Amino acid sequence: MNKLLSDFTVGESGKIVKVTGEGKLRRRLFDMGVTPGAELTMRKKAPLGDPIEITLRGYELTLRKTEAACVEVELSGGKKQ
Amino acid sequence: MKTFALAGNPNCGKTTLFNALTGATAHVGNWPGVTVDKREGVYKFENKTKKGAKNGSENDINIVDLPGIYSLSPYTPEEVISRNFILEDRPDGIINIVDATNLERNLYLTTQLLETDVPVIIALNMMDEVEKSGDKINAQTLERALGVPVVEISALKGMGIKQLMERAVAMPAQRKGSTVLKGALEKQLETACAYYENEGVSSPLFHALKLLENDEIELERKGAKAVLDEAAAGEDLEAVIADERYKFISGNLAGAKVRAKREGLTKSDKIDRVLTHRIWAIPIFLAVLFFIFHLTFSENLFFLNGFTESQGWMPSLVDLGLASEADGGVEYNNFGVEILAIFYDGAVFSPGVILTNFLNLFLDHISSGIVTLMENAGAAEWATGLIGDGILGGIFAVLGFLPQILTLFLFFSLLEDSGYMARIAFVLDRIFRRFGLSGRAFMPMIMGFGCSVPAAVNTRTLSDEKERTATIRVIPFFSCGAKLPILTAVAGGIVTAFGVGNSDLITYGMYILGVVAAIVCVLLMRNTSLKGETPPFIMELPAYHMPKFKNLMLHLWDKTKHFVKKAFTIIFASTVIIWLFSHLSFKWGYLPDGEMNNSILASIGMFLQPIFTPLGFGAQLGQFGWVFAVAAITGLVAKENVIATFTTLALCIGAYAGAGTEDGIEELSGLIAAITADTGISQGQFIAGLIAFIAFNMTTIPCFAACATAKAELPKGKFKWTLLFWLAASYVTGAMIYTVGAWWWTLFIWLAVIAAVTTFIVLRNIGKFDIVKIFKRRKKENKE
Repeated sequence: MNKLLSDFTVGESGKIVKVTGEGKLRRRLFDMGVTPGAELTMRKKAPLGDPIEITLRGYELTLRKTEAACVEVELSGGKKQ
Repeated sequence: MKTFALAGNPNCGKTTLFNALTGATAHVGNWPGVTVDKREGVYKFENKTKKGAKNGSENDINIVDLPGIYSLSPYTPEEVISRNFILEDRPDGIINIVDATNLERNLYLTTQLLETDVPVIIALNMMDEVEKSGDKINAQTLERALGVPVVEISALKGMGIKQLMERAVAMPAQRKGSTVLKGALEKQLETACAYYENEGVSSPLFHALKLLENDEIELERKGAKAVLDEAAAGEDLEAVIADERYKFISGNLAGAKVRAKREGLTKSDKIDRVLTHRIWAIPIFLAVLFFIFHLTFSENLFFLNGFTESQGWMPSLVDLGLASEADGGVEYNNFGVEILAIFYDGAVFSPGVILTNFLNLFLDHISSGIVTLMENAGAAEWATGLIGDGILGGIFAVLGFLPQILTLFLFFSLLEDSGYMARIAFVLDRIFRRFGLSGRAFMPMIMGFGCSVPAAVNTRTLSDEKERTATIRVIPFFSCGAKLPILTAVAGGIVTAFGVGNSDLITYGMYILGVVAAIVCVLLMRNTSLKGETPPFIMELPAYHMPKFKNLMLHLWDKTKHFVKKAFTIIFASTVIIWLFSHLSFKWGYLPDGEMNNSILASIGMFLQPIFTPLGFGAQLGQFGWVFAVAAITGLVAKENVIATFTTLALCIGAYAGAGTEDGIEELSGLIAAITADTGISQGQFIAGLIAFIAFNMTTIPCFAACATAKAELPKGKFKWTLLFWLAASYVTGAMIYTVGAWWWTLFIWLAVIAAVTTFIVLRNIGKFDIVKIFKRRKKENKE
């Protein structure tokens, strides 16, 4: 099942399928390791619900929901915390 | 002398390695045109020749620290600087620092660096931490996979640094760029490479790959677009390239890294659980902030002397009989008491205040020593005045801020280095996005409550130039420590003279007003002159670290040098000019303090007085009203001067007779009474004017030290507009407060104006209101 990263709930994980968005934003996501094929896990939401924190390629990355909406992920597991 | 560049991700220990390599030879400047730190230093080989003599300087190596970057894309100033330095300045080699605890993402940059023709050596940093966690990394395997030397180091413990440098200088001077992508993109790469080789560019492979990545800078080259179109044939190569890089890395990491089994949460995770907790994150952050300010500025440490004045129980030094009240100040019985007064006088002081007192005691003694010396030598009164009050007084007033600026810097550096600052941005981003800023803008703004100088420097953490400009401009609205005396004195004067209101409430209200003004101005700028998309917020949250003492101290030392240099140049010149204006008459005669009312500055004040009429402290205050204009001008040197000017001038014009008071409330109240008697101005109007005066001072051009810092931190050409912005903002704020305060119904006029301006901006931004277009349409309609 595919899902946008912005719709993830805490604890869900998956494999990135597609990254959209305009040039600069997309490039920045690629440079930070958000590329198709990478595995990620949603770690937490900020106290006000946005931005979110994910674990990816062995480190912690934070991004806003608007930016996370550019990332399509194939859901692989949802371990509730 | 050979030059090596240090390149690596942020938080990979680059600064630590740089400090370890260069030690005391390091110096910090700016890269041309941008406010990004450029660090340079010299590495000295300690190997002795057999004769025992040290090798000469020809063996020394110049080290240039490139900014921390994740990639060599063309989008951030840091990346462009690094790219240009590597390609155009052509260092003799690149030392690529790789955080071994986070190999995967760190090697992404490495794959790009390898594509240039510059020799590369990899410093595998934080190996000690990797070993501690039980993982293993095989440097030989990595070296074979990448084709360049790999050296294990620990920058923090100084391990492996000598081997690193020995292997670095032993590298052959020539190297041909290599890529990890050959397999997947062979054909496209050949086409692009052929184009660049034809053009005779160095590092053709690097350029070719960047072109295939749709790189803005490469596309500017003539004919490049056609080559890209031919090679890519409509395919999205950018994603393919990024993916291939990571595929190579994970493929080769498999052989180089052995992960130990991990159970449960790491220490960093546990800390993070608390600090970014859903409910507790914000209260914890507020508490941290409170303690930072408390330890820097409080004159009542940990509220040992009670929370309010009535709870106070600690005796002052005068109460203890160790000192006596003297004219305008306190006389200490002996030097020992003077030292004691640094730490305690009626309450225990905070470390920031103690340091300030200590420095000021020292500076005071120098200053009074020089003046006494001059007097004994029979120097003229104007000369001692110029040296003692003008020059020394001016410089020392600015240097006097230094301890608190540095204390504040220390705490904020601690937050930054420990990794907490990134979490604060994470927690607060949601709020700041509404104003077109990112969560990172919060720190410089809140620092503004302490002092605008470190706050403006701290905006360097903002990557977007427009965001940085907007933030620097509103920083002075967060009322700094030196503006508080203005608030308390004028508010106190109002309460004493008219017997109405509550001075605490007025002071508190003014702080709120500053914050509101900042929000309004940011919104206004982000929708008009500094329009731009909200900068993206895609940020690494580094693992929590224990900050390193040595790094903190080096950091503070840099700031100190910077500030002291400023104090002795621009700030020094400006203070001397203001002093001369306030102590010279038009006939170039010297005037002592008591006759300041005849000075050039007083005439300028009288000349400017009508300008402030719409703000309520101009012509309507009659013959004494110019005092307010003069106070605003002397406030440019340091905001402390505003009240000092009032007290001096109140005595000059005979509005107040008696011994001077420290907080200036009595003088102001006397001045208010004199003006009321002179002009018969109504109480309501006068109070409105006085509050407008506070508001004006709070939002106008900050002190010279802050201006000098803002000028250095703002993009080129923006400073004069910033000065204008400050003047306009303070003028409008003052006028609004005065008119609404004096005639409440004008509120509706202001609201109507605000609504009209907002509508205009909104309509213009969504393209519904374009004057040129409307005009054209009219013309057309008329023709028909």
